[in-house]
Amino acid sequence: MGAAISIDYITHHYPGQEQPTLKDIQVQVAPGETIALIGQSGCGKSTLLHMLAGLLIPSDGCVRINGHQVIKPSPRWNMMFQKPSLYPWMTVRKNASLGLIFQGRKRDMQSRIDSLLETVGLTEKAEVNVQSLSGGQQQRVALARSLATDPELLLLDEPFSALDAFTRVALQDEVVRLAHERGISVVFVTHDIEEAVAMADRVLVMGSNPGTITAELKVDIAHPRNRNSQAFVDLKAELMGYFGATRTAATAESSTGETETTPDDDAGEDKSKTEHSSARVRAA
Amino acid sequence: MNREATLSVDPTTVERLMPLLRFADRARRALQYPALGIAGLFALWYWGGWAIANNEDTMAFASFAPGPTLAAFWELVSTGNVWSPIESSLYRVGWGLAYAIAIGVPLGVMIGYFLTLKQVTHVPFQFLRMISPLAWMPIAVLAFATWDAAIIFLIAIAAVWPITYATAHGVQRIDPTWLKVGNNLGANPYHTLRYIVMPAIAQDVFAGIRLAVGVAWIVLVPAEYLGVTSGLGYAINDARDTLEYDKLAAIVLVIGIIGYMLDAICVRLIKRSSYHAQG
Repeated sequence: MGAAISIDYITHHYPGQEQPTLKDIQVQVAPGETIALIGQSGCGKSTLLHMLAGLLIPSDGCVRINGHQVIKPSPRWNMMFQKPSLYPWMTVRKNASLGLIFQGRKRDMQSRIDSLLETVGLTEKAEVNVQSLSGGQQQRVALARSLATDPELLLLDEPFSALDAFTRVALQDEVVRLAHERGISVVFVTHDIEEAVAMADRVLVMGSNPGTITAELKVDIAHPRNRNSQAFVDLKAELMGYFGATRTAATAESSTGETETTPDDDAGEDKSKTEHSSARVRAA
Repeated sequence: MNREATLSVDPTTVERLMPLLRFADRARRALQYPALGIAGLFALWYWGGWAIANNEDTMAFASFAPGPTLAAFWELVSTGNVWSPIESSLYRVGWGLAYAIAIGVPLGVMIGYFLTLKQVTHVPFQFLRMISPLAWMPIAVLAFATWDAAIIFLIAIAAVWPITYATAHGVQRIDPTWLKVGNNLGANPYHTLRYIVMPAIAQDVFAGIRLAVGVAWIVLVPAEYLGVTSGLGYAINDARDTLEYDKLAAIVLVIGIIGYMLDAICVRLIKRSSYHAQG
């Protein structure tokens, strides 16, 4: 079963930084929903994901999964990173089994891992050292490793950004398929607009300084999604619009020489943008 | 090219010999340069022996030359007299290294893991590391009841540093996401150590042990000059006192050969514990 997530007014200060990295983040995720967090580097999207995983505790506010506050990592919500981060001294099978070994669930491990490796198409590589695999295959092993513990929530930190285009598209579709089959909720961080539209049920656009959610976009296209369909292309263009606006704002700011930003103004602008977008989504 | 010529001899014999010839060729390729090095060392030794024998002042030491030395070496081996000092020396080195590993590996893990500890220990450890272990000898003799214990202490104190710092280096190279992923998959501290940290640093630990073995083997001989009546260091001193220079040189040969073998074992362990894909 997928996890229901409630992100309750998270604000986070890294020590020594004036601006909060995250400010008043509030998001609800329904069980089985797939959420994209998209934004430019430094907007705190990765920080937010680490908080969902329990790898970082927010200075204010909290994350609840199925009503329980997240205070430490758990195999029930698994995180995948940009690098596969496999253990290079182990075989594919050993890497995938690790979560089960740690939990002491060794009884039907062999057959569970067999079927998982079949799902990600690595049956023949089971006993091979992971270093001999391609980048895409390694990320599949990481996916199998994350799924082995039957998580309710999958957290992905730009996991496909280092892969070539073909492999990336294949893995995006595969993750969506597997998540739907198992009813797993997914929250993923990306700065790839197409990836966001291809995978997510809902896209949250994040702005920086401080990190806030500036817009929200529903993707109401059935899976498997045709990436050339009008609806898909339109959504991509709309999403792109937010970044065009942010970028010109940033250049305007830097061209004045001073970076004396007035957070209130920014926030006001952001708010109006949010309203605007939801209006457009409703109209669509 | 000479196919017809060989055919006229006996084709089946040649065919049967082919694997052997190929093996011989591979052995020649693998060994030709090491053999050249060994031959060079022997030539130098032979020339040195000849120079000593032809100089009136040094004539008395002529039995350092290869001929007498190898004869004495053969006698040591064939009578079995060589084993007793080797056994004593390996016993001391073995225990010294065991203590150095038991202290150095956990210490290295902690120094590698806690930056504060690294900073706190830096000055005292570098200070201690630069003191010759042999400088501790009088203190060791006073502090320990037996000579054996004193020598083991000296070896351990010499060997602990390379192991500590190689281990710390290994820990610092651990990819932080390996720990994050482990944490996420529900690893407890034992799991983290057993499945992640130890395999990740094994190669570095063995590289440290290799350095430590070298240091320990070097410290051993002078440490055995004092007090004890067994071991290779004692055997050298004893041979000097009885003017048996051929035997002295033979013991030197034994020390070198065993040192080389210990190092070769370490090299194998480093290779086997390395997780890097073999090219």
